[in-house]
Amino acid sequence: MMQADVAIIGAGPAGLAAAAHLGLMGVKNIVVLEREAEPGGIPRHCGHSPFGMREFRRVLGGASYARRLAARAEGAGARILCNTTVTALHPGPKLELTGPDGAERLSARVVLLATGTRESSRVQRMIGGQKPGGILTTGALQGIVHLNHQRPFRRPVILGTELVSFSALLTCRQAGIRPVAMIEPGARVVARAGAAVLPLLLGVPVLRETRITGILGRDRVEGVVIDGPGGPREIAADGVLLTGAFRSEATLMAAAGMVLDPRTTGPEIDVFGRLAESGYFAAGNLLRPVETAGMCWASGRRVADAIAVHLTGGLPCPAQGLPLRIDAPAIRYALPQILFPAGPGFHKTIQLRVSRPVSGELRLSQGGDLIARQPIRALPERRVTLPIPRKLGEGPLSLDIEEDA
Amino acid sequence: MAQGVFDVAVVGAGVVGCAIARRFAIDGARVLILERAHDVLDGASKGNSAILHTGFDAPEGSLELDCIRAGYAEYREIHARMNLPLDPCGALVLAWTEEQQAALPGLMAQAAANGVGDVEMLDHATLPALESQLAPEVRAGFRVPGEALIDPWSAAHAYLYQAIQHGAELRLRAELLTAERQAESWRLHASAGSFEAGLVVNAAGLWGDHVERILTGESWFQIRPRKGQFILYDKPAAALAGHILLPVPTKVTKGVVVCRTIFGNLLVGPTAEEQEEREDASVVPATLEALRQTGETILPALAGQEVTAFYAGLRPASEDKAYRIRADLERGLVTVGGIRSTGLSAALGIAQHVARLVGRAPGVARDWPEMPVLAQDGARDWQAPGNGGIVCHCELVTRREIAAAMEGPAPAQSLAGLKRRTRVTMGRCQGFYCSAELARLTEGRFTQPMLAGAVDDAG
Repeated sequence: MMQADVAIIGAGPAGLAAAAHLGLMGVKNIVVLEREAEPGGIPRHCGHSPFGMREFRRVLGGASYARRLAARAEGAGARILCNTTVTALHPGPKLELTGPDGAERLSARVVLLATGTRESSRVQRMIGGQKPGGILTTGALQGIVHLNHQRPFRRPVILGTELVSFSALLTCRQAGIRPVAMIEPGARVVARAGAAVLPLLLGVPVLRETRITGILGRDRVEGVVIDGPGGPREIAADGVLLTGAFRSEATLMAAAGMVLDPRTTGPEIDVFGRLAESGYFAAGNLLRPVETAGMCWASGRRVADAIAVHLTGGLPCPAQGLPLRIDAPAIRYALPQILFPAGPGFHKTIQLRVSRPVSGELRLSQGGDLIARQPIRALPERRVTLPIPRKLGEGPLSLDIEEDA
Repeated sequence: MAQGVFDVAVVGAGVVGCAIARRFAIDGARVLILERAHDVLDGASKGNSAILHTGFDAPEGSLELDCIRAGYAEYREIHARMNLPLDPCGALVLAWTEEQQAALPGLMAQAAANGVGDVEMLDHATLPALESQLAPEVRAGFRVPGEALIDPWSAAHAYLYQAIQHGAELRLRAELLTAERQAESWRLHASAGSFEAGLVVNAAGLWGDHVERILTGESWFQIRPRKGQFILYDKPAAALAGHILLPVPTKVTKGVVVCRTIFGNLLVGPTAEEQEEREDASVVPATLEALRQTGETILPALAGQEVTAFYAGLRPASEDKAYRIRADLERGLVTVGGIRSTGLSAALGIAQHVARLVGRAPGVARDWPEMPVLAQDGARDWQAPGNGGIVCHCELVTRREIAAAMEGPAPAQSLAGLKRRTRVTMGRCQGFYCSAELARLTEGRFTQPMLAGAVDDAG
């Protein structure tokens, strides 16, 4: 059986940042397990800038950013094993792995889960109709265009208007693909205003309050049925590009029977990035789809600090944890899910998102006493943070929003 | 000018056509298989519930029952030689209402009459010991130990490969256009050329009546496609059910089944919806939502489980419940139509029946194909050295498996065909991670390419 002090699952920005930081702190036997052929994670096949301002103080493209992250981790002494898939998590922690040479087992003092996120499939979005070829997510499109230099379709419809949707639009543009329309189920474009002018510039109509209700075509996509303000109608298209609606890549955890937070779709963590299962930590987009690569990198560094303390036995006992209850229906998720009486750990803030536009006051209370408050004016898909008070008492915690009338 | 002279031409490479081609090829006939699609198993056989039925609830005394029983027995006899999986998990037929409970003794008597004598009655008290996740509303049931899970595609591919090993020829994109009966043989004009065959077997499934009209000018049965929609849950849900959970059947349908698949998922379905359209297996969100709710009333812990996939299959039902099998030896024609929902279980039995109708002496197989192991608990390629690494991470499909599926007796010709042979993109991410690499690996290999073209293509 292989041995490691710290085994990190996933060589994306979070995993590589943690590996580099742990290495610099003197942790010796660090292994990063990556199932793709090269390290770097999602930025590898993002054609757009900017990456790296926070990490390298310069603007990089996705691929060179990914290479630098890997080089920094290896420079700090971490070993990156590519083409290595973790197939099961066990208490211990112990892992089952497989690579080109078959199956193997690994035992580690700490396992850091940094498996990232993926976009929701057509199935998870419950889009009906036929099942032709030519339905892709942004991740698949960018791999096909940027890694393969192939073109999956010419005139697709794009579903979604998140930041990644505009990244997908740019990828289409670069590949000579001319999207027929961008389709947004909500009343407004999700991404910030800057990105939203892109379709205008590229002459792609954005259809708001519109859903794709069916996909047409037996072998290849021939069109979609949409339903919007003008009623149901068909539009011709030779592909469907599903963008965003990210969810945690938490399948290994689910298979191991670990507790997942239905709100984030990721694992439940405490302020130290720990899971309930002894020796397991988590970081990056796995925690809460979806933030930028830079945010994932910062999350990886934060959890590395916590792991370093854990390896010397310095973290408080998990039994002291105080679960954070969410009492406002408008809060989509909040994390960390478990706080400690001693106040902030390595997560200094409660990070949350709302499910609809909200304005009012965000309130953290404990045992009925208000212990933190701040104004909130937020849209969906925008990060909101609330500093964790320096000292908490005992008793159940509740997060709520007092909305403006 | 005919491209070849054959003893038997099988029209349709679904599971039934493949099983018939296998039988005739093993029995020494020169066999031709004509399939209109880019790849085999592209019609009714592409979506089903992947169960090997015992026939316990088939109509008593029917040809369907005989074929299921014979098919079941032959599958059990041959599966290990071809590496085909069999999970003998058994089924529970469950009663949720008083009325359904009252029907149980009759169903058990029917099972006994059908030769399935090992069924056992279970009551409200004993059921939880067998299935701890069942909703408490379950009243009673009985166990059918012989019902089993199989791999619906590997099985059919194995039949086809064995047919090819015994000399059968497969022609894809070969739609039958016209046919003339000559003195002793048929002249078949297909989109892939013309062929001559002494005997034609119409195993055209959803197009059975259409092909019958091409052959004889009329059809004595009408195909009435019956759509079945399914939901497939992600692998963690498979732990919720050990048995195949069947409802008390009605006259129209076996009803909604909840069961694991051999690939380690949990399936809920099918619906039974009559439709005219033979190609359109659309899924409908409202129907899927209803299926999900049905699943949750049977296994409450299904609530919140992730759904990996949904799909719909079209059963080639006809206006009559019975199989529409008939031999006209004078004319050199065997029709195998209306094989509605039991085709997978009955295929090998139907093939035996057809061989008997034609009067061919049974042969002995010389060669046995060794199928790749795709079952979740089988010895998968990802566990073996030298597999080239994993391409599809959700289903743990290796480069070596993908390469193998693009070689061999009937190489994959489309992404759909590759999926059925290897399971690529069938998992929870539905191709988010592996589509790009698959597009690279399959470039130039399929008659139906994955992608529209290269970035630097004109246009």
